[in-house]
Amino acid sequence: MVKSDFGYNSKIEGEVIVTRADAVVNWVRSHSVWPMPMGLACCAIELMAAGGSRFDISRFGMEVMRFSPRQADCMIVSGTVTYKMAEVVRRIYDQMAEPKWVVAMGACASSGGMYRSYATLQGVDNIVPVDIYISGCPPRPEALLDGMMLLQEKIRQEGGSLKRTFRGRTVDTKIVS
Amino acid sequence: MDVLALTQKFPQTQNLAGQDMTTFAVNSTELADIVKYLRDEQSFDLLADLCGMDWKDRTPQFGVVIHLLSTKNREYVRLHAPCVDDTVPTISDIHPGANWHEREAYDMFGIKFVGHPDPRRILMWEAYPYHPLRKDFPLAGIEVPFPAADVAAVTGQTVEPAPMMGGPFVSSGGLMSGAEPQALDQSWNEEKPKS
Repeated sequence: MVKSDFGYNSKIEGEVIVTRADAVVNWVRSHSVWPMPMGLACCAIELMAAGGSRFDISRFGMEVMRFSPRQADCMIVSGTVTYKMAEVVRRIYDQMAEPKWVVAMGACASSGGMYRSYATLQGVDNIVPVDIYISGCPPRPEALLDGMMLLQEKIRQEGGSLKRTFRGRTVDTKIVS
Repeated sequence: MDVLALTQKFPQTQNLAGQDMTTFAVNSTELADIVKYLRDEQSFDLLADLCGMDWKDRTPQFGVVIHLLSTKNREYVRLHAPCVDDTVPTISDIHPGANWHEREAYDMFGIKFVGHPDPRRILMWEAYPYHPLRKDFPLAGIEVPFPAADVAAVTGQTVEPAPMMGGPFVSSGGLMSGAEPQALDQSWNEEKPKS
């Protein structure tokens, strides 16, 4: 927590904390990122490992993997995105409610990886806006956790959390059905 | 297996010198009959593989290779069937497991299986105009529209040729080489742009 986010003096204010709306909203959001596991290849195995007790993604409030995009905040694209699947990835992204974030996990999701071929989308950022890229083939769970902590940091720095626009886009984006 | 019985029953069948298993060149019009005969009379009861092949400059250009396994006698047989006008008869009514194999051979090579119950593509999307495993198709691909028009309208994305950076990457040291795979054209790379 950034120290300047809170002004609290127990002698004067009792049980009242003074803060900014952005700070508290971002604090809540960054500690309850519900991922949408877009598991498409071997990266998804590492994603599952990050959910296990050894690495324990629930330490960051991210253990609630939601397979429904309506309930998810952050799409973790873990694996090779083919052109045939790219359409599905984009539709699921469109079905997620704002605010939403995208993590490109591993070489394939970030750039197409070693699949320089006719079938593979050369980076998921061609079809959805990506917040965090994680290197590795596949990345170890620690690398995923590092990326997710980086995403938390990014969420905490966002401004205008309560406005109807989000990162330059209006919240009521046109949905591709 | 009984090679003589097969070649007597199907005289157009030719016994080839297979290095690893008994191999026959068969006439594709007889293919279904031969597979059925091998299943019923010679106990080749399991379809191990079915795939297409592209000979590039031969006529006919395309063909189908079928591997059958006898679980009783523990032996394999391989059938080569050249296509007639890019078609061969389906064997999915004899070995149901051939269904998806034939769809893949159709998807990748454009070989049409006459009588197939569900002749759709299996890997690429239905509107894709090419058959990517053909020898004349570049590995990087050819630019075509994105599968979904509404997603393409939002993202501006097309199916574009993959950047090959001088690839495809091959191991140039010969058979079973330990050399690192590298591009055939080493005159340019990420640091040194193509002149």
